Amino acid sequence: MITLKELTNKEDLFVSGHGLCPGCGIPVILKLVLRATEYPIVISNATGCLQVASTEFPATSWKLNWIHSSLGNAASTISGIETMYRVLKKQGKLQTDTEIKFLAIVGDGGTNDIGLSSLSGAIERGHDFVYLCYDNQSYANSGGQRSSASPIGTSTSTTPTGKVLPGKLQYKKDITKIIAAHKLPYVAQTAPWNWEDLYTKAKKAFDIEGPAYLNVLNPCPKEWKIPSNKSIELTRIAADTCVWPLYEIEAGKNININYKPENKLPVTEWLKRQNRFKHLLNVENRWIVDEIQNVIDQNWKCLLKQEKRGINN
Amino acid sequence: MEVIDGNFAIAEAIKQIGPDVVISYPQIPSILILESIASFIANGEMDSEFLNVDSDYSAMSACIGVAASGGRVFTATASQGLALMHETLFIASSLRLPIVMGITNRALAAPINFNADHSDSMAQRDSGWIQIFSENSQEAYDNIIQAFKIAENKDVRTPVMVGIDSTFAFNLHENVNVQTNDEILEFENKPDSNYSILDIENPKTVGSFCTPDYFFEHKINQNKGIESSRKVIKDVGREFGDRFNRYYGYFETYKLEDAEFAVILMSSAAGTAKKAVDEMRKKGEKVGLLKLRVFRPFPYKELGESLSNLKSIAVLDRVLTPGTYGGPLFIETMAALYSLEKRPLVYPYIYGLGGRDITLKHIEDIFDDIKKGFNNEKGNFEIKYINLRE
Ligand SMILES: Cc1ncc(C[n+]2csc(CCOP(=O)(O)OP(=O)(O)O)c2C)c(N)n1
Ligand code: SF4
Ligand SMILES: [Mg+2]
Repeated sequence: MITLKELTNKEDLFVSGHGLCPGCGIPVILKLVLRATEYPIVISNATGCLQVASTEFPATSWKLNWIHSSLGNAASTISGIETMYRVLKKQGKLQTDTEIKFLAIVGDGGTNDIGLSSLSGAIERGHDFVYLCYDNQSYANSGGQRSSASPIGTSTSTTPTGKVLPGKLQYKKDITKIIAAHKLPYVAQTAPWNWEDLYTKAKKAFDIEGPAYLNVLNPCPKEWKIPSNKSIELTRIAADTCVWPLYEIEAGKNININYKPENKLPVTEWLKRQNRFKHLLNVENRWIVDEIQNVIDQNWKCLLKQEKRGINN
Repeated sequence: MEVIDGNFAIAEAIKQIGPDVVISYPQIPSILILESIASFIANGEMDSEFLNVDSDYSAMSACIGVAASGGRVFTATASQGLALMHETLFIASSLRLPIVMGITNRALAAPINFNADHSDSMAQRDSGWIQIFSENSQEAYDNIIQAFKIAENKDVRTPVMVGIDSTFAFNLHENVNVQTNDEILEFENKPDSNYSILDIENPKTVGSFCTPDYFFEHKINQNKGIESSRKVIKDVGREFGDRFNRYYGYFETYKLEDAEFAVILMSSAAGTAKKAVDEMRKKGEKVGLLKLRVFRPFPYKELGESLSNLKSIAVLDRVLTPGTYGGPLFIETMAALYSLEKRPLVYPYIYGLGGRDITLKHIEDIFDDIKKGFNNEKGNFEIKYINLRE
């Protein structure tokens, strides 16, 4: 296993000067993912916080080839690029001898909502690429609206809490399982508190041939309404409460759970630290918290069962 | 010479050009082009990579990916498909990617309709693409071949859409002169690409975020590409003619030199209009036709010069642009004429929506109409609808 020191000695391909918020999880996630392959990477980045904050013309934070087209098409854009790469290889016209890796980076809105068809299609076609979803559970760059990845009860700018409504009324999509249903070579869910887990999964995703999907919890001080110095440790609480389990699915079959909390915490530990959920702790919303806890427990049980028996049994 | 329809003519041109990648998403009737290409590939007659994607939006997105990697790419669509591509069309032209797309021009819903009109292409007229329209299968074949050369020219680097009316595209078989593969390859002669996202030695950030500090300059720079295409379209049309004896410019004039009255239109209706002109010429009428081929960039100067000596002209648009005083061709023609000292009276007509017929008789009636003149008051236009049920 690589050490942190070895990791820090690797060249940074995403450099500072960008405009991401203090405490934002994206740079931490990126620094680990971009170090997880020795090969050059070409990136297709969807519209969102990362794209806007890292490429304000004429500056750029990227020391590699990077393209942005629109919000819902990062996967189909990388499909075209990866296809052309294969064509050039076949024609013997590739300018370089080294292998190139392809990476799509998209937020939860671009993944769960507007780009789902583009992502699903690219996986179904079997392009050799890694898809990284950074899930901040919000349309963050457009001002913090609800996405289908926002958890039930979240107060967002389009599901505000009010005298009669308690925030978002629907459950979050289980996008990792939705993608896993494509039975692609590799799917993983991870979070930046566990750098080893994140790095190892990114490395596996790059190394495996064919499509790989990484769903990474991206703490967002701005939309989660948390202090910027608490963001990374909060993702650990997400794992300890089983709100965000760390697991991987290989070839659509075997599930490995990569972290099992010794002492599973109640969901209130996760909720109470974030002002986007503050209202849920009021007595009249007790039923929502109970339901959330219920669903988390069921999902966790299901995951443990699937680990034992394989996802398809 | 082959007897083929417009779809097959375009597929044939693509087979000969052999782009690196062809992207496909079903749409009636443009999918027939892509199906023919798929079967050429399945039979080993061409070896382009064929990519079936999940939507028209993804189709144009994948085209952007291929072209940004330095590849030659082709796709085809129509109607709803072109509408769904709207956002990405602007991205393709802004990133200066020489994509070529075949459009089997078809009405836009609602109500849904499979037949010819120009609503689909016209809705994209400000997308930054070069727009070429074809009268028949021969022109579609010739235009596709010229399109790559125009798009890839280093001063242009702008995507091109080549339209053919869907009626022609899928059920009218005609004689088409098909050049040999060698002739096409020699004509095409692809230059190096602008940039490639696969050039790992020279990392690039493509598609940045841009503040008001630079945005305006970016757009004006982009516009230089399509402006440069004015000369390139002419040169390529001439070279094509010198090689294959079929010459192309911004438009074709038919018996216009000594004409007093003329009809201006695009695409397949030109066939009928030419016959109408012939019939009326037999009766001694001084009538002619101007068939526009290149709608973007719009040839203001040349069009104005060709029309300024006429007495009156009818501009026939095959699209309804609600809330305007005439279709896009009418409005552009008016703009082309306005600054000229001598100019004809101009009358707006709309015809053929959703595949409605336009006959010889209709065009003869239009000529009679504009000879008599109607509604001559300045600034007061009355659009006439051809073959519309009362
Ligand atoms: C087609 C389209 N619709 C809407 C938008 C507006 N928009 C820009 S960024 C953004 C938020 C994207 O959210 P997400 O994918 O979660 O990324 P994040 O902003 O959270 O980084 C939205 C809705 C857009 N750019 N394009
Ligand atoms: S809004 Fe959230 S995701 Fe976006 S840069 Fe700020 S902290 Fe990061
Ligand atoms: Mg988001």
